[in-house]
Parts: sequence; structure tokens; C-alpha cells
Amino acid sequence: MNEKRILEMRGIDKTFPGVRALQGVDFFLNEGEIHALMGENGAGKSTLIKVLTGVYTKDGGTISLQGTGEVQIHSPQDAQNLGISTVYQEITLCPNLTVAENMYIGRGKGQITNWKQMNTDAEKLLRSLDIPAKATQQLASCSIAVQQMVAIARAVDMECKVLILDEPTSSLDEQEVEKLFGLMRDLKSRGVGIIFVTHFLDQVYEVCDKITVLRDGQLVGEYEIKDLPRVQLVAKMLGKEMDDLSDIKGEGGGYQGKDSGEDVFEAKDLQSDAGIKPFDFHIKKGEVNGFTGLLGSGRSECVRAIFGADRVLKGSVKMHGKPVKIAKPIDAMKCGIAYLPEDRKVDGIVGDLSVRENIILALQVLTGFFKPFSRAKANAFADEYIKKLNIKTASADTPIKSLSGGNQQKVILARWLLMHPDYLILDEPTRGIDVGTKVDIQKLVLELASEGMSVTFISSETDEMLRTCSRLVVMRDRKVVGELSGDDLTQNKIMSTIAGGESKA
Amino acid sequence: MKAENKKSSIFTRVSDTNLLLAITIVIFFLMYIGAILFQGEGFLKPQKFFDILNNNSALIITACGMSLVMITGSIDISVGGVVALVSTCCAVYLDFHEGNIFGSILIAIGVGLLYGLVQGFLVAYLDIQPFIVSLAGMFFARGMSTIVHTAHFNVASDVFNALKNTRINVPGMGSVNRKGIYIPAYVEIGVIVALLLVVILFIVLRWTKLGRSFYAVGGNKQSALMLGINVKRTKFLAHLICGLLAGIAGYVYLLHVGSSSADNAMGMEMNAIASSIIGGTMLTGGVGNIIGTLFGVLSLSTIQNIVSGAGLGDAWWTGITIASMLCLFLVIQSVVMAQKKRALE
Ligand SMILES: Nc1ncnc2c1ncn2[C@@H]1O[C@H](COP(=O)(O)OP(=O)(O)O)[C@@H](O)[C@H]1O
Ligand SMILES: [Mg+2]
Repeated sequence: MNEKRILEMRGIDKTFPGVRALQGVDFFLNEGEIHALMGENGAGKSTLIKVLTGVYTKDGGTISLQGTGEVQIHSPQDAQNLGISTVYQEITLCPNLTVAENMYIGRGKGQITNWKQMNTDAEKLLRSLDIPAKATQQLASCSIAVQQMVAIARAVDMECKVLILDEPTSSLDEQEVEKLFGLMRDLKSRGVGIIFVTHFLDQVYEVCDKITVLRDGQLVGEYEIKDLPRVQLVAKMLGKEMDDLSDIKGEGGGYQGKDSGEDVFEAKDLQSDAGIKPFDFHIKKGEVNGFTGLLGSGRSECVRAIFGADRVLKGSVKMHGKPVKIAKPIDAMKCGIAYLPEDRKVDGIVGDLSVRENIILALQVLTGFFKPFSRAKANAFADEYIKKLNIKTASADTPIKSLSGGNQQKVILARWLLMHPDYLILDEPTRGIDVGTKVDIQKLVLELASEGMSVTFISSETDEMLRTCSRLVVMRDRKVVGELSGDDLTQNKIMSTIAGGESKA
Repeated sequence: MKAENKKSSIFTRVSDTNLLLAITIVIFFLMYIGAILFQGEGFLKPQKFFDILNNNSALIITACGMSLVMITGSIDISVGGVVALVSTCCAVYLDFHEGNIFGSILIAIGVGLLYGLVQGFLVAYLDIQPFIVSLAGMFFARGMSTIVHTAHFNVASDVFNALKNTRINVPGMGSVNRKGIYIPAYVEIGVIVALLLVVILFIVLRWTKLGRSFYAVGGNKQSALMLGINVKRTKFLAHLICGLLAGIAGYVYLLHVGSSSADNAMGMEMNAIASSIIGGTMLTGGVGNIIGTLFGVLSLSTIQNIVSGAGLGDAWWTGITIASMLCLFLVIQSVVMAQKKRALE
């Protein structure tokens, strides 16, 4: 082991039921280094960290530390004792204990605590970090940002060799982030190795020395910060090469729509409680547009705000030019908006019911909305859509659970189409389904648009978006940072807009 | 964030646990005053209060154990059964096996510990639902006590009866009866044991690391794990201590009633849960206070006294009043907590 290297993780494997979260990932950390761990949401960053701190048991691979050689870490307690202190992505403190207790519980030996001492120490630490909380205050009575700072205070106060910060900045304001960076630099100068996970690119280039990129549970590579410009980093995270030849705009660009000029939906200054910055958005009749950006950049949150799926904080919304109020999904549905969510497990299918019954399910719940259907008509429609969407099933009466994932997906889509919405939002409709079905769905989207439906389409695969959308709203760090249409609709342009900052590829 | 300071009124600064404790104590005093108003002087005599303690020492102890597991986010409904099992075992040992006091105490502690050990292991290490585990435990204990001895009998052992009849006078609390004779107020040994345990548990829960771990695990199991707490061991210990307390309570129970019967302590687990809840322990875990539990037991039996004193001695009247009281407490608790939450926002 290299003498300056304080942590070596080699060939780490971790599988959850149905997901290979990590596959043979290597990760190395040196003394006095701030090392960014990057990747889209779901890339496996948090899992790698939890394997390191003993929250999850790894399925394979080795972990070695400076001085101790290979170690087996079975619990967060073990990790703490080995000098690894962690701020997890989710706040992992106990809301019913005091601030001071949260900072000191689980540390040190012996049963008896000197409470006075603990509270004074905590008070001192809180003051030195300018955290507006009292040591004896119950944690639940602090704001989320303060709780996050308390977690950080706890972690930095421990005598540690490795400090792990998993997206600690998501709920902090600028000043607090600066304070944190000050602390990180201070610890770095004392030789602590820091693993820093964030999705804010600016922050990476501000404090980090090295970057390790993960994608879909696999290691993409380790880079010196100076060797990896922003655009390259984005390309690595997305799994695209910057000057990829396939970049020529596919099939003559997205569908342009009948330019009727009439806005079907319009939002001004819309903001939800899901942490996105206020944004403006509109879509014309027969238009297909999309939100793009890295996973976790807030694109799903935007459409959720449109649909009223998260609590809307402010903004005004117009449907067909008339102001409407959308507070809950049902309001949106009444306005003629349909939304296929990203997390289909929630929306779900009823496994034992037949394909046809699953298609007309929503109708039974929602009779009265949109254009009402008679039962016979609904059945006929279901049968029609089974054909139209090319749903591969033995018959309309086959239980849906025997269908493949992609075909189940189409059934859910058909369910929404049955409602004849004016505006259809599809969040990742093609994830996890086979190529053939993907093409079917893309074709369908274009067909629906040509019939006058407006569609917002979100996909992690930019080529797919380029093929279907005529306008792309680009997001970075939960903010709309650009809008691309016409000749700007290229892979390169998307990536450089996502990367932002100084970089022009 | 800047708003943090201006919002810290006393109401929001006090912890959930202490807030609920305050509610409990206030309600107990209101209730006791009510008892004095409705039932007259009886309740003004200190001995009346001490009798409540005498009659409920075993319940206080089981309720303490119950609060402990509830704070950890678990439950143990076997405690009533354990009290019955322990009291029959000890009675049989004392009378039919010429047992001595020391041995009988060992039996009580042993049975209780064994119960806690097995149940704790199943709940903490094998991750079986605590409700199911202790339900099985309850049936087992009741069944076992019937096997040990079915018929009702009074313990004859002299030493035991001497212990049972020991009265510890409380100085200055006595009263003068109609004939002008001073009658000292007294408590039984069980009360001393119960109060001692209350104090010990209070200190453990309030000031030791183990005690705070119980709260941490009950507050958020996953967080507690990440904070470096051994969650399994903490859960195990909570059940172990609860079992031990049930064992001790069984002996205290026997000391009070002096007789063995398989029906001893029927429904005590439910009274223990009710007392804990009235005392401000939350079923969801992480919030609770042993002093509150003590007041919970006192409130519960004061209510029972009021009900029976009003000539409504039937079991169902007691049941109905306890039920409405529980509802009242839960409503007050949730209203106050909701108010507090609103004040924080
Ligand atoms: N406890 C879990 N059980 C099942 N799957 C999980 C669990 N934790 C994470 N995953 C899955 O593992 C993958 C990686 O997740 P994670 O490490 O949280 O990603 P990141 O932190 O990079 O956003 C995701 O597909 C996620 O759904
Ligand atoms: Mg993560």
C-alpha cells in the first residue's frame, strides 16, 4: 500500500434484490485529499459509502486502511472506531434527543456521561461553527439545515482519518456551504482524507482534488480535477463521449408539431416544496417537449409540480389560456392533464386482474372526468389500444402479471390514454424496457402529438429525447438553466448546457 | 434559519418527553382534587393515597418495564402472565417445598430474567414482531401457572407472612380516628421496592448512555444504528430489564395479596400499557418518562377509586372510565404535540 494512501477499496460488489448496485468498484483515498465521488442518482455512491461504513455488508471485494491493512467493517460503530466518520445523505440523527446528545451518543467508552461537560463542549462546537441551535434543545425543533449542520459538527468533531460527506450541501444555503468548505480545507491540511459526494458541479471544482465517477454501479474512472473539464465530467456521468459521431441529430430532429401557436399549458414562476427553484414553462397544442439534465437535477420534480404531485408553494398556472388552480393531482386530472410517474411501483398494476381490466381500471375510479365512456366503449377502447400499442399478450383477458415489464408499462400508458388527456406527461416511460418497445413508445408519442395531444417526455437517454422532442428544457442543480430547440438540439449542446460554467466544448 | 431564535418559546424548547410528563402530572392533580370533591374527606387522608400505592406497587413495577420497552419502540404484553407465573411458583415453593424467603426471591428474579432473555433474543436478534413474541409468552406463562398450581390458596409460611404484614410508617402523615387514637400512616415493603426501582430506572434512562440509547433506538432505529449504537443489544436489554421487572413485580404482587392463583394479575399487562400511555409514553417509541409512568398508575387507580366509590363498582364501569380516560389523554397528547409542531413551523 502506498504510504500516503489511507483507504483502499478494491472490487467492491453489492447486490440488492433486483439491482446490482455495485460491480467491482475500486476506490482509493489519499491523506489530505478531498475526493469527489460523482455519478447520477442511483449510480451507487451512497451504497459504496454504506458498504465502507458497515451499514451494508458487501458481497465481495476488500477494504484496507492505512496502518491496519485489510479490515472487516460490520457496523457503523466499527467504522467509527477505525476513524471513519460519516455524514449520510439522509439525516441520520434521532429527532427525540437533544442536539448535544445527537453529537455525542454512540461515541466513547463507559456508561456514565458527564452531562455538564458534554453540553458545554457541544455548545462550544456549535458556536465555533455558527450553528444557531442550543445544545439542550430537542433536535426535532431545529430546521433541516440546522440538523444537517449538527450532523456535520458531529462528524468533524470526531478524531477521524477519513471523513465522508454524502450530499451534505443539498439543504444548506451559500454561507453554510462556505463554512463547510472552510472546515473541509482545515481538515485536509491536517491530513484527513475526505470523500465528498455532491451533485453541484461548481462545488466539486471549488474544493476537490480528485474525482471518481460511477455509473450504474460501475467504476468509470478516477481523474485529477485539472484533467477533467466540466463537460467531460458530465459526459462521463451520462456515459456519452463528447465528440461522439452518433451525435448527428437523429431522423431529422424531433417532431415539430402543428404550430397552432396556442399554449395548452402555461406555468409562471412555479415552485414546489421538493426543492426546485421557481421556473416558467409552457407547451403548445401538439407539441412534444422534454426536461433534460442529470438524474437528480430536478426534472421529475418539475413535472411533479405541474401535476400537483408535490406541494406547490407558488406560481400561477393556465390551462388553455384560462387561469386554473392545481393543488392536487386530481385538480390536474380535471384539467385534462395525465401523468405517468417515474416510480411505477406506486402507481402500479393489479397483478391478478386481466390486461383489459387493468386498462379500464382508472376509468372506473374516475368516471366523470374527461370524456365519460360507457363500459362497452371502454372495453372496445382497451382492445383497440392493446393492438395499437402492440401489447404482447395472449389475450385481453390474460392476467397482467404474466406480461413482461415493457408490456405492463404499455398497459399503464393505455390506461392514461383512455382518459383522452389534452396534455400527457411521461416521466421515464422507457426505463428498463427492451429496445423494440422503446421504439413503439416513441412512435406512439409522436403519433399522439400529431393528433393534437401535447406531450412532455422525460428520459435519461438523451438520444431518445432528441428523437422525439422539438424543445428541451435543460436543468442543473434543481434550476432551469437553458432551453434548446431547432439546430441547438444536439448531444454536445445538451451536455455543455448541463455542465454550464466556463466550459465550451 | 434566522427565525430559529425568535421561535424558541418555552413551549417549543421543552422536549416532547418533558411536555407530556407535565401534562400527566397536571391531570393527576386535577383528578385527585376531583376525587376529594366528589368522594369527600376519604381522599384527604394521606392513608388513602398510600393505599393506592400499596394496592398498585406491582403495577408500578410492571408499568416501568413496559415504558422502557415502549420507549425502545417495542412492546411486551406477557408481563401480567409473568407476574402470575412468578407468584404461583414462589407460593408453591414457600408452602409445599418448605422454601425460604431468599430462595423464593431467587425464583422470582430467575423466572423474570429467563423470560426477558428469551423474548429479548427473539425480538432483537431474530427480528420477530414483539407483539407476537410476547403474546406467545403471555399464553405460555398463564398456561404454566395453571400447571404449577391451579387452585387458590393462601401462603402459610410464617416468615413470608411476617414480611407481608410489615408496615413501614410514614412519619407525620397519620391521622386521629374518631376515638381520638392516633393511627400512623403506612406503606408496605412492595411500595419501597417499587419506588426504589422507579428512582433507579429514572436515573438510568435520564443520565446513562444505555438509557439514552433506548430513546435513540425508539426515536429512529436506522439513525441510531448510523450513530454507532448497537441497536440489537439495546433492544435485547430493554426486554431483559422488562422481564426482570416483571419477575420482581410478581414477588411484590404475592407480598401484597398473599395468595396464589392462576388468575393472579389478570389483565395487568393492559393496565401497564394504559398507565404508560397516560404517563406520556408514546407507542411509537422514543418518548416517555418513568416518573410519568408512576403518575400514570396513580391516575389510573384514582379513577378506579372514584368509580367504585360512586357505587359503580362493576368491572365494566371501570373499563368504560379507563377507556374514556385513555381517549382523553391521547387526544390531549396529540393536540398539544400538534400545537407544538405548528409553533415550530
Ligand atoms: N436498501 C436498498 N435496497 C434496495 N435497493 C437499493 C437500496 N439502496 C440503494 N438501492 C439501489 O441501489 C442503486 C444505487 O443507489 P445509491 O447508492 O443510493 O445511489 P446514489 O447515492 O449514487 O444516488 C439504486 O438503484 C438504488 O435503487
Ligand atoms: Mg445517494
